[in-house]
Amino acid sequence: MTGEAGTTADVTAGISADRLLELLEQMAVIRGTEQAAHDLFLRGLVKGTTHLAAGHEAVAVGASAALRPGDYVFATYRGHHHAMARGASPTECLAELMSKATGVCHAKGGSMHLTKASAGMMGSYAIVGAHLPMAVGAAWSARLRGTDQVAVAFFGDGATNIGAFHEALNLASVWSLPVLFICENNLYMEYTPIGSVTAADNPAADRAAGYRLPAEVIDGNDVVVVGEAVARAAARARAGDGPTVLEAQTYRHFGHSRTDPAKYRPAEEVERWLARDPLDVASRRLAGLGVPDAAVAAARERAGRIVADAVADAIAAPGPDPASAFSDVWADGGAAWRT
Amino acid sequence: MADVITYREAVAEGLAREMRRDPTVVCLGEDIGAAGGVFKTTAGLHAEFGSQRIWDTPISEQAIVGAAMGAAMTGIRPVAEIMFSDFLACCWDYLANEIPKIRYMTGGQVTVPLVVRTANGGGLGFGAQHSQAVENWALAVPGLKIAAPSNPADVIGLLASAIRSDDPVVFFEHKGLFASKGQAPPDGHVVELGRAAVARPGSDVTVVALAATVPLALAAADRLAAEGVAVEVIDLRCLVPLDMATVLESVGRTSRLMIVEENPYQGGWGGTVASIVADEGFELLDAPVRRVAAACVPLPFADVLEELVIPTADSVTAAIRKLVGY
Repeated sequence: MTGEAGTTADVTAGISADRLLELLEQMAVIRGTEQAAHDLFLRGLVKGTTHLAAGHEAVAVGASAALRPGDYVFATYRGHHHAMARGASPTECLAELMSKATGVCHAKGGSMHLTKASAGMMGSYAIVGAHLPMAVGAAWSARLRGTDQVAVAFFGDGATNIGAFHEALNLASVWSLPVLFICENNLYMEYTPIGSVTAADNPAADRAAGYRLPAEVIDGNDVVVVGEAVARAAARARAGDGPTVLEAQTYRHFGHSRTDPAKYRPAEEVERWLARDPLDVASRRLAGLGVPDAAVAAARERAGRIVADAVADAIAAPGPDPASAFSDVWADGGAAWRT
Repeated sequence: MADVITYREAVAEGLAREMRRDPTVVCLGEDIGAAGGVFKTTAGLHAEFGSQRIWDTPISEQAIVGAAMGAAMTGIRPVAEIMFSDFLACCWDYLANEIPKIRYMTGGQVTVPLVVRTANGGGLGFGAQHSQAVENWALAVPGLKIAAPSNPADVIGLLASAIRSDDPVVFFEHKGLFASKGQAPPDGHVVELGRAAVARPGSDVTVVALAATVPLALAAADRLAAEGVAVEVIDLRCLVPLDMATVLESVGRTSRLMIVEENPYQGGWGGTVASIVADEGFELLDAPVRRVAAACVPLPFADVLEELVIPTADSVTAAIRKLVGY
């Protein structure tokens, strides 16, 4: 991969130590929830599959910190971090993974479809690239309704080679819509290095110019860098200056999905990225801001307790109501297809 | 407006009526603006409503339908046009995986009040990629409502219901019917989704038809009336919700059922109708259920060949005559 993101030394300004400590705690909650999801799967309490986002926390938390409550977020099947960053609780996310009635989608969506529409988290989509045009549509809707909302599509590097990505960028550009396209480039399209199947060094950012869109490659493991880049892009969008493509370089700590041990990744590459764990990057920033280690440790302990409580609550929750298998096909709540 | 309008004019009229009553109704599609649509089904709308309500798009079906979905989830009632129904295949992910499933898989958190309009069907010699009747594609996906009007009044009435529906509706306009004429319905005309119409009453045989096969069935009924056969023609109008109550009631009186579909026999909607009648109306029948559908081949170009593949008034008449004589 080329297009190394810039250093982070110049962007510490503008965030308070207290705020950064909050963001660190949010990231720690997500990290802990992802680890819990992994462990619960091994205990047979989570079924199906999971696509864990451990390592990607700074993208979700940094972006969410820069957005407003009314903004729209569309994410992918690797979307637990976005659901939680937008306000879904660890309990309702874990309950969803564990097929519980208290799950955020009442056990009808599962890991790949975490959604919290009341918080503007408009869904996690498991067909690669499909949600980019939807985010364009939500931005179009904001324009039509005369609001200053923005819409954000988060997607992986693998989505940049599918038609919907290109159709979405083109339409968003020609209509100059308030939408942010945020690529989480974790270097691998499932099991395959993205660079080996993509005719661009930066799979998202390099394509933007072809659609007359500005783009930035950013350090996706630095919550401050992400927050500031998203804030700039959102300000452009709200000002009527159209979409932005951000390519956040990051790395997943687990494999692609539950069944993938990720043995195809060179050990030194993994080591290099683990040394830039987004939680550690934030901790180092906090130290630089004069925050005592004990305060950082306390935040991480609070996060640990939140996750432990969430696990206990999710385990204790009841399973889904059998009647729910036949509800909510239609807006009237039902599933009748005949009269 | 005129007392008599064409099916084509009815599409624009139906859209205009809903756009006048609800400012959140917005149309998007290829060439639908000042050009008025390749079939002129949006003629006059851009002039009346302007470019903030009638949006020209690139040839970009995924963007059209995907953006319509995103807008529908966030407070707009979009009406997306896919120029030819064959092109639905270019954005089928949205019709198969996204639009019909998002409400269900989020536990009811979102609604998707959108309409996808499309010009469907053959008879105009457009060949295999611009002539298909693909209403059965949509019927294969739980979570989509499906309307397919046969006459101008139903175009307006069903469009009103489709646009007002909080559920996604795929709205099949038949290319072969665009020039056909009918009574213009009064303002406020609404046809509820899922209510079939008895297009012609009769006592000897029930013929269930949809969209362009309705006039075929009516033409056959006219000819057979001269032979003393009273054909009841049911216009289904919608495939979802599917009005089997009307079909079963009719079969209860006629004891014979023929289904006339333009989509291919393999996987065609008539198979669903026939299976329900077999399950729930077996004792009502005095003869086998017969289906007249398109042959299971791609649509040929030459009109003399196309006529051999899709139902015609002749083939429908012959099939009914045979069924009545069973």
